[in-house]
Amino acid sequence: MFPADLKYTKDHEWLKPAGDGTALIGITRYAQDALGDVVFVDLPEVGIAFAQGEEFGTVESVKTVSELNMPSAGEVLEVNATLADHPEAVNEDPYGKGWMVKIKLTGDLANLLDAKAYEALVSAESH
Amino acid sequence: MSELMKTPLNAAHRALHAKMVDFGGWDMPVQYPAGILAEHEAVRTKAGLFDVSHMGEIRVKGPDALALVEHLTPNAVSKLALGQVHYTAFLYENGTFVDDLLVYREGEQEFLLVVNAGNSDKDFAWVQQHAKGYDCTVVDESLHTGQIALQGPLSLSILQPLTKTPLEPIGYYFFTHGEVAGIKCLISRTGYTGEDGFELYCAAGDTEKIWNAVMAAGTPQGLLPAGLGCRNTLRLECKMALYGHEIDDTLQALEAGLSWIVKLDKGDFIGREALLAAKAVPAPRKLVGFKTLEKRDIARDHMPVVADGKPIGFVTSAAPSPTCGINLGLAYVPTALAKVGGPIQIEIRGRSVAAEIIPTPFYKRQK
Repeated sequence: MFPADLKYTKDHEWLKPAGDGTALIGITRYAQDALGDVVFVDLPEVGIAFAQGEEFGTVESVKTVSELNMPSAGEVLEVNATLADHPEAVNEDPYGKGWMVKIKLTGDLANLLDAKAYEALVSAESH
Repeated sequence: MSELMKTPLNAAHRALHAKMVDFGGWDMPVQYPAGILAEHEAVRTKAGLFDVSHMGEIRVKGPDALALVEHLTPNAVSKLALGQVHYTAFLYENGTFVDDLLVYREGEQEFLLVVNAGNSDKDFAWVQQHAKGYDCTVVDESLHTGQIALQGPLSLSILQPLTKTPLEPIGYYFFTHGEVAGIKCLISRTGYTGEDGFELYCAAGDTEKIWNAVMAAGTPQGLLPAGLGCRNTLRLECKMALYGHEIDDTLQALEAGLSWIVKLDKGDFIGREALLAAKAVPAPRKLVGFKTLEKRDIARDHMPVVADGKPIGFVTSAAPSPTCGINLGLAYVPTALAKVGGPIQIEIRGRSVAAEIIPTPFYKRQK
């Protein structure tokens, strides 16, 4: 259910290290399910540096809005421009086509959750 | 926290894998797996089926029933024909809202009052309190009554094969009694979506049977079960009020744009004096419809309307509109600003964003 090659936050973002000092970031399947149909993703400009935990954007669904927080410190290298016309990719493919930003990692990943720990967190939240 | 109340369709929703939420103390489906956008579109283009069994039903019957309902509500009850329904409200003496409701005229001296789930107990107490001195009975039938709403352009063609009652002759906001799928029910051509449709009231124990029959008949035509999420976006596009948002116990009927349910010349009713006084002076604020100008600026319920950084009003309901494709909302603003085309500012998470007042309803079906 939760890919093992990703790192997770308690706020339901995921981070996928590429191994070259960059990483992709998005929200989890659990998060998109809680939001419902996503209609807009507000993403930052390329070049902005964020601290770990800092808000870098918002994701809007029909019924609510949620902040996007940086899983680790980094500088935005690229944003997923296809989400402007296809925000539903966040619902349909949250770990693939629904990625949000690519960053140059400047922080560490030590306090992120692995798939097993995240699964336990989600399981506790939904009961 | 007390246990949530369940409608007779609770198990049916869970079997359909609905996402359930606490709505006014009731465990209700906010959406099914298709999602709010698909359910919304189904209602606008085909049909959707809603569980509205949580609504409250109060029956008033007896020689003084008409006089009591006239006293309790601002709309002209005596003008209702047998078999006719109208939208109205319970008002406090100061003209603010106890609740909004539908009044069904079942007989010369028999009325069914359909009220909001979350206000049902308050409403029943309110009616009882004012019924003293009137020769009529007031019965809370809420827990014995199930209700489903079939809404959308295909509603008639889905429902007609299930009943011998001719549906076409039932006018909008009229009702009759009949059988649907062999179950006795009140068949009402009403709804809260802006589409054609029928609301069916039946005995609580029969609700699941009638729900299943309508689902089976409609699914091949594109009917989807529809939750509270799309119910909200559908009613917002049509500027239909929701208690706790456009109307509540701090807002008056006239500023809410509901002068059409207030018949000041019909004789006395609770709240009339306050509304006469309010009508004599210019209203300080009005409910308007707006759109934000940027796609990223999505206003939400209860956000402030600001001018020069100061709050001058508030958003009552707002959402991205599935049908119109723009970000819509309703807001109370000072009357001086309440002009179509006029600019207003909404504060969204600390940012003032540009919005424009636009005509309402935002959506109107082609008849």
